[in-house]
Amino acid sequence: MTLREIVALLDAEVLGAEVDLDRQVPCAFASDLISDILMCTKEPTLLLTGLTNNQVVRLSDMIDLIAIVFVRGKRPLQDVIEMAEERGLPIIASKMTLYRCSGILYNAGLRSCKI
Amino acid sequence: MADYWNIAPGMESALKECFTRDVEADVTLEFSIPEKDFNNAGKGSSEVKNLLKRLGVDSEVLRRIAVASYEAEINVAAHSIGGKMTSLIYDDRIHIKFEDKGPGIADIKQAMVPGFSTADDLVREFGFGAGLGLPNIEKNSDALHISSEAGHPTLVEFLIFFT
Ligand SMILES: Nc1ncnc2c1ncn2[C@@H]1O[C@H](COP(=O)(O)OP(=O)(O)OP(=O)(O)O)[C@@H](O)[C@H]1O
Ligand SMILES: [Mg+2]
Repeated sequence: MTLREIVALLDAEVLGAEVDLDRQVPCAFASDLISDILMCTKEPTLLLTGLTNNQVVRLSDMIDLIAIVFVRGKRPLQDVIEMAEERGLPIIASKMTLYRCSGILYNAGLRSCKI
Repeated sequence: MADYWNIAPGMESALKECFTRDVEADVTLEFSIPEKDFNNAGKGSSEVKNLLKRLGVDSEVLRRIAVASYEAEINVAAHSIGGKMTSLIYDDRIHIKFEDKGPGIADIKQAMVPGFSTADDLVREFGFGAGLGLPNIEKNSDALHISSEAGHPTLVEFLIFFT
């Protein structure tokens, strides 16, 4: 599945600078707990989360995040968007809940990341 | 002071020596970690990872180093009144030490239990407080040493080999 398909399925908006939406996304993980995310991400992963602070972008320095989907209409502040831009990290905002986003992507065939 | 060690059986003497040896490291990097400074917390770990990446360290090893280091760095910012991290890089391994100014850990065994956390509301708002940081450090390191006591500084240090 590509990021472009994900944006369409989640009726989402791409934030910040233009990014490559044709990148393939092999798997996803959803959580609002930083340590949980760090423990479960061992391969390139799409992260779905309700966290919008700078540490969630900082995580992409440590682990391989393909993109971040902010759920439930939450939007990061401008400095967090800039941090993502500096890293070339696509960030996407959806109004849907974490459960709904996850369910839609799962049904569309996006597998869960290996933990 | 209470000491906690996680070292594979049979490796005790060799690895404890790696923790205490006073041989000069090839590269030493130091970062200060101010209390509750979540705008900057994590930068030290990120820079160490970038340096090791340039040195050609394997990407799976890099991930383990970055995760363990980040968890320990955040713990200093989140749970202590501040401290520093010192990364000692040798040709075959990294040794990272996190030393803070207290208030210490009363029961290290309890702190190691997955899910145990004393994180306050501010810390939880950032997404910390799952009680998985120390277990995550243990899982990703080749050897772990914690030394602390209530009312004292805490030392968390680990070793990760490059191959
Ligand atoms: N440097 C430290 N100084 C004092 N207490 C600490 C320190 N590091 C950890 N602790 C104590 O150990 C507990 C467990 O730490 P751990 O990293 O496993 O979980 P956490 O930091 O609470 O949550 P998480 O890491 O999942 O975000 C902490 O809640 C805190 O009580
Ligand atoms: Mg922690």
